[in-house]
Amino acid sequence: MAPTVPSAAKSASPSQPSGKSEVADLKQQLRQLAGSRAPDADDQRRDVFKRVISCMTAGIDVSAAFGEMVLCSATSDVVTKKMCYLYVGAHARAHPDLALLTINFLQRDCRDQDPTIRGLALRSLCSHRVPNLVEYLVTPLTTGLKDPSAYVRMIAAVGAAKLYHISATACIDADLPASLKALMLSDPDAQVVANCLHALQEIWTLEAANSEAAAREIETLYSKPVVFYLLNKIKEFSEWAQCIVLELASKFLPSDNNEIFDIMNLLEDRLHHANGAVVLATIKVFLHLTMSMTDVHQQVYERIKAPLLTLVGAGSPEQSYSVLCHLHLLVMRAPMLFSSDYKSFYCQFSDPSYVKKLKLEMLTAIANENNTYEIVTELCEYAGNVDVPIARESIRAVGKIALQQYDVNAIVDRLLQFLEMDKDYVTAETLVLVKDLLRKYPQWSHDCIAVVGNISSKNIQEPKGKAALIWMLGEYSQDMHDAPYILESLVENWDEEHSPEVRLHLLTAVMKCFFKRPPETQKALGATLAAGLSDTHQDVHDRALFYYRLLQYNPNVAERVVNPPKQAVSVFADTQSSEIKDRIFDEFNSLSVVYQKPSYMFTDKEHRGPFEYSEDLTSLTVGADDPENVISAQRYQENDNDLLLSTSDKEDNGTKGSNDSSTSTYNAPSDLISPSLISSQTSAETSLINTGGPTYSSQSNFSLDDLLGLGVTEAPAPPPPALTLNSKPVLDPGTFQRKWGQLTLALSQECSLSPQGAASLMNPQSLIRHMQSNYIQCIASGGQPPNYKFFFYAQKDGATAFFLVECIVNTASAKAQLKIKADDGTAAEAFSTLFQSDLSKFGLS
Amino acid sequence: MISQFFVLSQRGDHIVFRDYRGEVPKGSAEIFFRKVKFWNDDEAEEAPPVFNVDGVNYIHVKVAGLFFVVTTMVNVSPSLLLELLQRIARVTKDYLGVLNEDSLRKNFILVYELLDEVIDFGYPQTTSTEVLKSYIFNEPIMVDAGRLPPLGPAAMFMQGTKRMPGTAVTKSVVATEPGGKKREEIFVDIIERISVTFSSSGYILTSEIDGTIQMKSYLTGNPEIRLALNEDLSIGRTGSSYDYRSSSGGGTVILDDCNFHESVHLDSFDIDRTLTLIPPDGEFAVMNYRMTQEFKPPFRVTALIEEAGPSRAEVLLKIRADFSANATANTITVQMPVPSYTMRASFELEAGAVGQTTDFKEGSRRLEWNLKKIVGGSEHTLRAKLTFSQESHGNITKEAGPVNMNFTIPMYNASKLQVRYLQIAKKSKAYNPYRWVRYVTQANSYVARL
Repeated sequence: MAPTVPSAAKSASPSQPSGKSEVADLKQQLRQLAGSRAPDADDQRRDVFKRVISCMTAGIDVSAAFGEMVLCSATSDVVTKKMCYLYVGAHARAHPDLALLTINFLQRDCRDQDPTIRGLALRSLCSHRVPNLVEYLVTPLTTGLKDPSAYVRMIAAVGAAKLYHISATACIDADLPASLKALMLSDPDAQVVANCLHALQEIWTLEAANSEAAAREIETLYSKPVVFYLLNKIKEFSEWAQCIVLELASKFLPSDNNEIFDIMNLLEDRLHHANGAVVLATIKVFLHLTMSMTDVHQQVYERIKAPLLTLVGAGSPEQSYSVLCHLHLLVMRAPMLFSSDYKSFYCQFSDPSYVKKLKLEMLTAIANENNTYEIVTELCEYAGNVDVPIARESIRAVGKIALQQYDVNAIVDRLLQFLEMDKDYVTAETLVLVKDLLRKYPQWSHDCIAVVGNISSKNIQEPKGKAALIWMLGEYSQDMHDAPYILESLVENWDEEHSPEVRLHLLTAVMKCFFKRPPETQKALGATLAAGLSDTHQDVHDRALFYYRLLQYNPNVAERVVNPPKQAVSVFADTQSSEIKDRIFDEFNSLSVVYQKPSYMFTDKEHRGPFEYSEDLTSLTVGADDPENVISAQRYQENDNDLLLSTSDKEDNGTKGSNDSSTSTYNAPSDLISPSLISSQTSAETSLINTGGPTYSSQSNFSLDDLLGLGVTEAPAPPPPALTLNSKPVLDPGTFQRKWGQLTLALSQECSLSPQGAASLMNPQSLIRHMQSNYIQCIASGGQPPNYKFFFYAQKDGATAFFLVECIVNTASAKAQLKIKADDGTAAEAFSTLFQSDLSKFGLS
Repeated sequence: MISQFFVLSQRGDHIVFRDYRGEVPKGSAEIFFRKVKFWNDDEAEEAPPVFNVDGVNYIHVKVAGLFFVVTTMVNVSPSLLLELLQRIARVTKDYLGVLNEDSLRKNFILVYELLDEVIDFGYPQTTSTEVLKSYIFNEPIMVDAGRLPPLGPAAMFMQGTKRMPGTAVTKSVVATEPGGKKREEIFVDIIERISVTFSSSGYILTSEIDGTIQMKSYLTGNPEIRLALNEDLSIGRTGSSYDYRSSSGGGTVILDDCNFHESVHLDSFDIDRTLTLIPPDGEFAVMNYRMTQEFKPPFRVTALIEEAGPSRAEVLLKIRADFSANATANTITVQMPVPSYTMRASFELEAGAVGQTTDFKEGSRRLEWNLKKIVGGSEHTLRAKLTFSQESHGNITKEAGPVNMNFTIPMYNASKLQVRYLQIAKKSKAYNPYRWVRYVTQANSYVARL
């Protein structure tokens, strides 16, 4: 008999579970079968069970049959057993009392001779998720971890994690993590090892929230013995287990370059794996290990290009999409390195639109003097594409390339040709681009205006395009003969213009035109202001009123407001701060890359993975938890390139890199071993901040203080000349976390607060603000009076070295315990003095 | 950590639904289905394979018209999940012989069995058909592959050519056949997907081959296999990629890059281009490769559109099969978008045309030309007269095209990559399993611009 979905379920839509009569019928049948000793009872049971599971799948609530199912569960038929386990696992939580009935036969099965039965029973037992059955779990689990069969041990390892979720204390009290750890480092079966690692990561990560010991245990997972032990066995693991081992390795902090090259040589062949997940996980290891070695880092880019491109071509569209997202991230970080591969990013006919969009962005990024002509020619082909959204994106891409090129001559011609295509959306998109282009390159106005002047505004329907045209009419009204008359005709149709954006632009454009060609525009201006004043849209009305009063007050002032001398825009704002980009890069090979967002923007705190947690920090309120704080970093220009050498160097190293890679071994260039090269990433950031805007940042600091009501007039006491701190150090919690775990304690001291300070420390915020004004940033804080705990960090001005401080303040005794860790241990003493002096001033101002 | 796995039909019905961690709120399958169906409706865009709704991440692949979906609450590797989904589909296919809605519905209990072993508490365990065998107790219920539309790359061997044992690829790896004894055989398929773009003047702008050597083994006892490729095969292109002139015309096959299944030993690959492996049960890719070296495209496509009066135009499409007469391409489709104001199209096929159909798709404004088969060396032409609803203004060639072509050519491969021999370690003198080495070339993106 075909066990298809029963007719009742078939007709019911999945969203409205019904089939009550079906369930009643099933219950009836089960009851009859429960005691049946008929020769075909097993077969019948199988069929009824199948129908139950089928209803369950269709979303019908079959929990009512729980009792009957349990009664029928005593069977020796494995297929029926498995169906029963599946059912019980899904419904036990709703029927804790009845679930108890299953315990008996599951426990018996756990002692079965057949390891498969033992394993299945143990898995089912742990899947109950019923807290009051926990007592029955511990013994089978402990024995399961020692079972002679790898299958059972493998299930027991995951079972330990399941138990932790049902009852953390039961799991810890039975000392299961210790058994798991021992098993992980000794079991001959790779899947058992992998499952132990899974379970340990999950348990310790959650446990770390309330236990320092667990936090330390996590650290040991990233330690050299564990990482190297697992890496040396990498080929024994299944491809999925390889991924988790590689993920672990990517968090490993090597102590010297030899370790880095050992790991890379060991994993080199993983780049040729047919499984994209393994390749990406390997790439992550390579990228993260070489962060501090600019040359090698770049060699890695060269090395991984070919495997990534092969993966893009090999799998299903979905698989290649994920790989392409990662390639996109790399291209955006180092466009120069991909500039000769531009043809790989041409859109293919069969590509889904989500792939095409990524490719267009990549093509835009890698366009340079050598390939622009080809890329723009290709993009122009897409502009006439039947796929309208892609056609639009292509036009925007051409525009973006024009905005970033030195020689835009040819591109402007192409854009103007778009206008001749006479397709509504093409024209609209192009007008927006021409407008942006003119804002950056006003010298092109002559050529553009000639073409734009020929476009009839009646043919443009899209508000954005229309607004752009109107902006140009206003801005260049002196060069466009018809400008006042076109504007006038537009004003006549004011009531038919539905978009407030267009009406706003029209108001401003008419004003601009008026000051340039008063006699011709006067009439239109009157009509515009009248129409604007009676407009129902608040902004339009207000702007009209504003212009009206401005004109009444003083026409000269009005002219200066609407027609100020304009400077050409040099750079359009980048939408993502480089800090966010770096975070996404840190989370390579994760969903962050696909969403182009760091994980804190889309995951709940409780579901952050083992690698994103911070053991000390989670127990406290994380100061930087608010996304606003995290993103607040100033938006400077793209600086990713700095990580990867300057342009000229790149070409040289590019070829060198590819040569080296063919020998498939990584050699440290001799100059790299010098200790001067610390994390180049941070140095890039610091240098930018220092050159970019020290004045700006300190100003903003003051104004912030002012807003907060702290005495600005009284400038912060000048710090001792020995040590100046960077006014805006940048350190994310993850890095802080890692550094704190990695660095040794430089200083541990006790110091005093002023009595006033101790008294005013009613909440952590006040001290945080005080320290901030002294360029010492808080990353996490917490506690209840009289005890507060803070984690601070600061950075030496002009250097990459950070200082990390754990500060425990007792307000009752006015004492503070300091633990200072420093990248540069020699400066720790000076920093400690500075910190204590700042701390002692708290409450005095 | 996977929270749930489910398979939905095209209509959104649950075919299997498994919750591993009980942390995703109810109704996730419905949320997923609605999101996929109505993704950005105005722009007619497809939903990406990975998206997030209310903190739940949905990752899916489409296989055989079905949605294979996992949900997760954590920030995991998307590639891992997508590869896993694809693998689950493949393992299921190994078991059921045919993967489609019907076979899944008939065998859903077996699929649950598989899912229990493949994923535990959200952690991927094993996806090896072979390892799974010992834990799967259900016998697959076979569905008739014949009346179902063929799916997957292996399906293309069933079309047209009689040389192939048509049903062989659709038999289950585990099921015992009705005849009792299992037939000892092994299939090695060299599948190439080619992408070519011709400029309006007929030059090749870009060309690429994405190839796979796929294996499906029905051999018992896991004998070792040696697979020898072209001796002069070289891997890794030096200098700038895409420099077509640099490649010597001497017939050397130069691959840009390749990757291998983990069962493959490459010990002698550098010396004599031989792959050694013990093939696991089921279907898998031995090797994937990518080639941008210049190759001779199997078809030359010429397309012309010319105005013929104020609101008329004439289209001329010509295809020439540039391969030897031994091979025959089948299921050829040529599509050409025409100006959006086209009202009617009348077609004129060449004299004596057999197995050719034409159509004007009004909704998507495109001409479609279908040919059952094209023999190597032949040439075919289609003329069409278009009638417009308005006078065309501007450049009509910018309003039409590009021409896109789809085809399958069995027993032909564009890259010239060859399996020189396929050696199976002998168990006894009498042991002589069937070996099938098959080549096929498919169009991935075959485009001619106007």
